[in-house]
Amino acid sequence: MKFAKTLVAMVLALAMVLTMSSVAMAEDAGTIKIGLIGPMTGAAASYGTSVRQGVELAVEEVNGLGGVQIELNAQDDEHDQELSINAYNTLWDWGAQMIIGCVTTGPCVAVGAEAYNDRMFMLTPSASSTDVIADKDNVYQLCFTDPAQGSASAQYISEHGLGTKIAVIYNNADAYSTGIYQTFEAAAAELGLEIVSVTTFTDDTTDFSVQVTEAREAGADLVFLPIYYTPASMILQQANSMDYAPVFFGVDGMDGILNIEGFDTSLAEGVMLLTPFSADATDDLTVNFVTKYEEAYGATPDQFAADGYDCVYTLYAAINEAGITADMSAEECCDLLIAAMQNIEITGVTGTMTWSATGEVTKTPTAVRIENGVYVGADVAEEAATDEAAADEVATEEAATDEAAADEAATDEAVTDEAAADEAATEEAAADEAATDEAATEEAA
Amino acid sequence: MKKLSKTTLGNFLTYALVIVAFIICQSMVNAGAMSRSLRGQLIPICVYIVMAVSLNLTVGISGELSLGHAGFMSVGAFSGIVASTWLQAAFGLENEVVRLILAMVFGGVFAGIAGVIIGVPVLRLRGDYLAIVTLAFGEIIRNVFNCLYISIDAGRVHISFNSPNIPGEMLVNGPAGATGVDRIATFAMGFALILFTLFVVLNLIHSRSGRAIMAVRDNRIAAESMGINVTKYRMMAFVTSAVLAGMAGALYGLNYSSVQASKFDFNTSILVLVFVVLGGIGNIFGSIIAAALLTVLPELLRAFSDYRMLVYAIVLILVMLATNSPAARTFFGRIVPKFRTSKAGKGGTAA
Repeated sequence: MKFAKTLVAMVLALAMVLTMSSVAMAEDAGTIKIGLIGPMTGAAASYGTSVRQGVELAVEEVNGLGGVQIELNAQDDEHDQELSINAYNTLWDWGAQMIIGCVTTGPCVAVGAEAYNDRMFMLTPSASSTDVIADKDNVYQLCFTDPAQGSASAQYISEHGLGTKIAVIYNNADAYSTGIYQTFEAAAAELGLEIVSVTTFTDDTTDFSVQVTEAREAGADLVFLPIYYTPASMILQQANSMDYAPVFFGVDGMDGILNIEGFDTSLAEGVMLLTPFSADATDDLTVNFVTKYEEAYGATPDQFAADGYDCVYTLYAAINEAGITADMSAEECCDLLIAAMQNIEITGVTGTMTWSATGEVTKTPTAVRIENGVYVGADVAEEAATDEAAADEVATEEAATDEAAADEAATDEAVTDEAAADEAATEEAAADEAATDEAATEEAA
Repeated sequence: MKKLSKTTLGNFLTYALVIVAFIICQSMVNAGAMSRSLRGQLIPICVYIVMAVSLNLTVGISGELSLGHAGFMSVGAFSGIVASTWLQAAFGLENEVVRLILAMVFGGVFAGIAGVIIGVPVLRLRGDYLAIVTLAFGEIIRNVFNCLYISIDAGRVHISFNSPNIPGEMLVNGPAGATGVDRIATFAMGFALILFTLFVVLNLIHSRSGRAIMAVRDNRIAAESMGINVTKYRMMAFVTSAVLAGMAGALYGLNYSSVQASKFDFNTSILVLVFVVLGGIGNIFGSIIAAALLTVLPELLRAFSDYRMLVYAIVLILVMLATNSPAARTFFGRIVPKFRTSKAGKGGTAA
């Protein structure tokens, strides 16, 4: 009977907790409701948690500005498309007006289709497959797409002559990794890069000696790793124990490798990666973000946290641009936000971004090299390895990028104008010719 | 005669429960009285009920432990998706109900073939080999689908292993799974699939073959001495179970616009096994209740945010303790006199 009593007590306690949390969730009037979907538990939990922390930090800052107030509701999807749909439905019941998410690609495609039917606006911080935005006008990406990363990597390697014989080790159970590899392979073939060894692994792999040995035996002087940082750290360890030291080149999934507990960062010396975000950058935005993040969560923010942070500022700008108010339905918000997204330009911690109508983001990837346990702009590292120079270069680069963007815009305009003028001229000329011909014909007649 | 009517009554009760539950849910949906969150789970609930009932056929009735039931589900899901898209592309079949039914048939057939391939060598053995082999099957099939690329080009299906360079529109794209799937699954069809599953399973259990299957489970040597072909009857139960799981998989695959092979991992197999164990091994009615409740439960616990899986585990333990405690049994026994005997009888087969 004692057991029965305990049972009753536990059920009562449960009921109390439930009521309390539902009270806590009671909504404020006049706030914009933003839902967040990502894996907070399960195998991909680190990505979802990072994004959530970045988002929470930004929401706090934005609400502190005193303008539009945002209310956030984060739901866990465990990186599972079924639970992601459940999370989305829960947010819909809650009355979300727009969604940040999903964090991972597979769930994002599933939720995207549902959101497209409902006309709910989505901005994903990190789901990088092109499937995420394909055929949907309501889904926008803040991160690079996989193809963009694959071809950018191939281009960078070819332009800078980093390697002549390339080995690739990728995760063939992971859509992100496989997607980048496929475009890298295609771009490498076009650029004439020689891929000498391609080996794969799956999520459960912990021993990479086969893959690393094969790369070494094929004589590769550059190993391309389009994978996440955990397996990458194991590959670096294994290569080191074999005294194999090629250039290792990674993509944005490699970001975070310096923060793995128990990983000897000296192994990552000289590793190059393409990433939109570096926690060691010295511009005010990044410094502010990194300091606040470290204060709040006691950890250095990774690229996912930065993506989440930028997502909120992007939505904030879009909300202001579109004039979204708390009493609008998700459907109304969606159309206004779609229009607004194409007009805004955001400078965030992951770079300066603009969006096209397809939902794809335009921003410049930066290549960094790991020197003395910190990221250094890659071009700098080749010239001089001091931090000062790096800082200067970052500033210069930024200026250069801005200038380039401005130039490009100017050129574009000029080109368009010119083209239009040309066309007009050609048309005129054609008309003249025709007239002359006609005249000639008449004369002949 | 009296015994027969009792089982018939039990069967009718099971059918009645499902039909009443369907009518209630459907009328709530029509009246708009159901939250979106619950509405979205109706089809997954149907899928998991079918999965649990079909696994119960292997685990409860045939007495074999199968740890790879999600593998059959994935075979069904992917073949169902391919079949549905192919039927539309090749024959211009637009009717969604017909397409869904045919996709489920395809899913069932392919899963059944996988079941035969596994069953023929393994079910001849004595001991727990089926558990080991199905465990391996689940993992193998997941990795195979991770390397599989399927496209449809002018009504023809192209299949390639490890290389995405095939013509036409990509349907299954390796680890990215099937994306852009037509979501043609409906709650009504899920309900129909549950009825079909119950019809097959309950009729099999109460048939001559079903009694032979249970005889093999209870005492193999005695059954063999009576002239029962052990392998045949074990195969019958195992393949039927695989076919039904494949059909459930097809329904599941066609309910989402994106399905990855990684969904059908060991955890999903164990989840279905948990439904069966908590519902009572060999108890079809219990499987239905357990699958429905345990699918909804994690969503109801969303208020606990990060701790909800912890609470979920505690609830599972409490359910197990409660259903096994003598106090609770006498309590239920007082309300439903039948409960005590049937529970005890069926609980015995669990060991």
